[in-house]
Amino acid sequence: MALSTHRTTTALLRHLTPAVSYLRHISTDSTSTITVETSVPFTGHKIEPPSRSVDTTAQELMSFFRDMALMRRMEIAADSLYKAKLIRGFCHLYDGQEAVAVGMEAAITRKDCIITAYRDHCIFLGRGGTLLESFSELMGRKDGCSKGKGGSMHFYKKEGGFYGGHGIVGAQIPLGCGLAFAQKYKNDENVTFTLYGDGAANQGQLFEALNMAALWDLPAILVCENNHYGMGTAEWRAAKSPAYYKRGDYVPGLKVDGMDALAVKQACRFAKEHALKNGPIILEMDTYRYHGHSMSDPGSTYRTRDEISGVRQERDPIERVRKLLLAYDIANEKELKDIEKEARKQVDEAIAKAKESPLPEPSELFTNVYVKGYGVESFGADRKEIRAALP
Amino acid sequence: MAAMLHTIGVASPVASGGVFPDHQSNKFAVSSLHSLPMIRSEARSNLSSLHESYRAGKLIAKAVATKGENAAASGASKPGHELLLFEALREGLEEEMERDPRVCVIGEDVGHYGGSYKVTKGLAPKFGDLRVLDTPIAENSFTGMGIGAAMTGLRPVIEGMNMGFLLLAFNQISDNCGMLHYTSGGQFTIPAVIRGPGGVGRQLGAEHSQRLESYFQSIPGIQLVACSTPYNAKGLMKAAIRSENPVVLFEHVLLYNLKERIPDEEYVLNLEEAEMVRPGEHVTILTYSRMRYHVMQAVKTLVNKGYDPEVIDIRSLKPFDLYTIGNSVKKTHRVLIVEECMRTGGIGASLTAAINENFHDYLDAQIICLSSQDVPTPYAGTLEEWTVVQPPQIVAAVEQLCQ
Repeated sequence: MALSTHRTTTALLRHLTPAVSYLRHISTDSTSTITVETSVPFTGHKIEPPSRSVDTTAQELMSFFRDMALMRRMEIAADSLYKAKLIRGFCHLYDGQEAVAVGMEAAITRKDCIITAYRDHCIFLGRGGTLLESFSELMGRKDGCSKGKGGSMHFYKKEGGFYGGHGIVGAQIPLGCGLAFAQKYKNDENVTFTLYGDGAANQGQLFEALNMAALWDLPAILVCENNHYGMGTAEWRAAKSPAYYKRGDYVPGLKVDGMDALAVKQACRFAKEHALKNGPIILEMDTYRYHGHSMSDPGSTYRTRDEISGVRQERDPIERVRKLLLAYDIANEKELKDIEKEARKQVDEAIAKAKESPLPEPSELFTNVYVKGYGVESFGADRKEIRAALP
Repeated sequence: MAAMLHTIGVASPVASGGVFPDHQSNKFAVSSLHSLPMIRSEARSNLSSLHESYRAGKLIAKAVATKGENAAASGASKPGHELLLFEALREGLEEEMERDPRVCVIGEDVGHYGGSYKVTKGLAPKFGDLRVLDTPIAENSFTGMGIGAAMTGLRPVIEGMNMGFLLLAFNQISDNCGMLHYTSGGQFTIPAVIRGPGGVGRQLGAEHSQRLESYFQSIPGIQLVACSTPYNAKGLMKAAIRSENPVVLFEHVLLYNLKERIPDEEYVLNLEEAEMVRPGEHVTILTYSRMRYHVMQAVKTLVNKGYDPEVIDIRSLKPFDLYTIGNSVKKTHRVLIVEECMRTGGIGASLTAAINENFHDYLDAQIICLSSQDVPTPYAGTLEEWTVVQPPQIVAAVEQLCQ
């Protein structure tokens, strides 16, 4: 019973051996605090970085594992669906970067806003989106989150505080600062996380928006998901200064190991406190994507397969959490495998259901262009009488 | 007065023929039904009789049926007050900001400076720096910020110091402002107003004299309106702010100092309606913004020569008020479009196409469209004059049409 009564203060992730124990010392639902130290320290720019020790619970770690397994499964399934031509157009996959999505969710509430670019499937899930909505939208069906009219790059969930889903690189950054402006206007003590990539970090609108956010102390947290490649261009070929957390100059920044869900959680919690008091902060998440930029990109012409498999072996976010769970004896191998199987089953069911979902009606072409379905009628002054019905 | 308000506001739905979309209670309509008269454009007796003749069809012609009611409704009973166009815009803006705390203004020099055309003068001391926000010179991002704020429910009025500067924000206006309601499947509405002066001024140079209505007109999801008098400036400003859709309000640099007497009581105009400036019989002249005044100047000459043109200020550039325009075409059978927009792909070009498609059978002659020349506006005064349509050209065109 020794384990359950002590808090382990040092746990090095890399040299863990799975603890074989016939007695379950910590149950999967336990909420007693476990303190874990991140493997990589935070680096700060014009700010004192938070501590490396992150408090978590068994319950939280299990939820990390479950959510990340689901996200990973969803992205792999989307890969197969794309190759089967059920998903068309652009499909940008997030596998490898799941830790950013789950770590961020753990640190904030649904009242805080998240806005991101086109690699949005997993963040949508994290914000409360369902697998059915996700797959239906990808396949262009009526049950999709945007009724099939948005597609892969336009997932939105208003009730979950998820503002999308944007195709143009960098255009979501001013929108995110606008969300923060509205939060400040309404004085509601929430923050906005504006996610962008290392490619977008060279956009002028980022710096324009950052200037305004800093000028007015908006509660905006700009998160650069640095997966080191802007489509096919490595970061050192695109940016004179790839230290994206320092690019804010007068805005403090923090560099975070983006493959470690606990580090992400710590950084986001720290950033939220900071933003509510002092204004914007930049977080750079050092992360990696296993797939290419999108499904049309094999992902191997600008990087070696060894690099991809190396990162998968050493830094995979799901493996890290698995090792933690095994080390703290929160679950054993079989249970974790079962969770992954369950995830696979859920994804397969969702896909089957989404395939049955009908395509949108032809009349849907004209709905939601304007807020009142403007199309073929011209209304009177009070909007109740029809004045003309045009052919 | 209350009973009349009731008659104006609540019309019985058409029983036959019409197709009703299932729009729910619209904040705009509901508040206007209960609190203030929805005043249509100045109507004269010709128009009422015209509309009565169409009443035989399936359409209820207009909410305000007779001339007598209309005169009373338009505030002629009260003296009203005189003001300049920019003051009218400010009055509309101020009233809306008082009425709804979510309305805010975002733009360059709108706060402490009072606005480069004084439209927002006095608002920052009254409402505070957060509601009348002075931005740095970053059109792309402050337009994006306004749109992001609109996604959460705020109602920003984004000012471009000159419409030409909004080209820098075109991505935000086109993709995020116009399309977000559609691509999110209706989850988000963008009740933003984007306004600013455009048009050819007094030797301001090419980059500051752009007519960009044509650029915005094909963006799906936004509405375009152009104001031309203090009366419609205030009404359109209020309507644009209350609308749930993004609206681009085009003002004109040379019209800011127009003076007119406007009613004291509150009024809101219909965003999609055209204004009948002068009813007539011989030819329909469609115009908007500053060209309205060139047209009216030409009309004086034309009347002396014996013509009776009907002048309509279309006001709504997207969507066109094809009802008013169509009725006019059916009456006169000749159309002249006078606009300041560019010849190629301009508002006039779209309007010509729309009228040809819908009212081809009623036309006795080809539609003549007088627009600005397809050149950057030169600095020299004489050359600048010839960039835009002048009254003699309008007179000549009408004479040609009516041969």
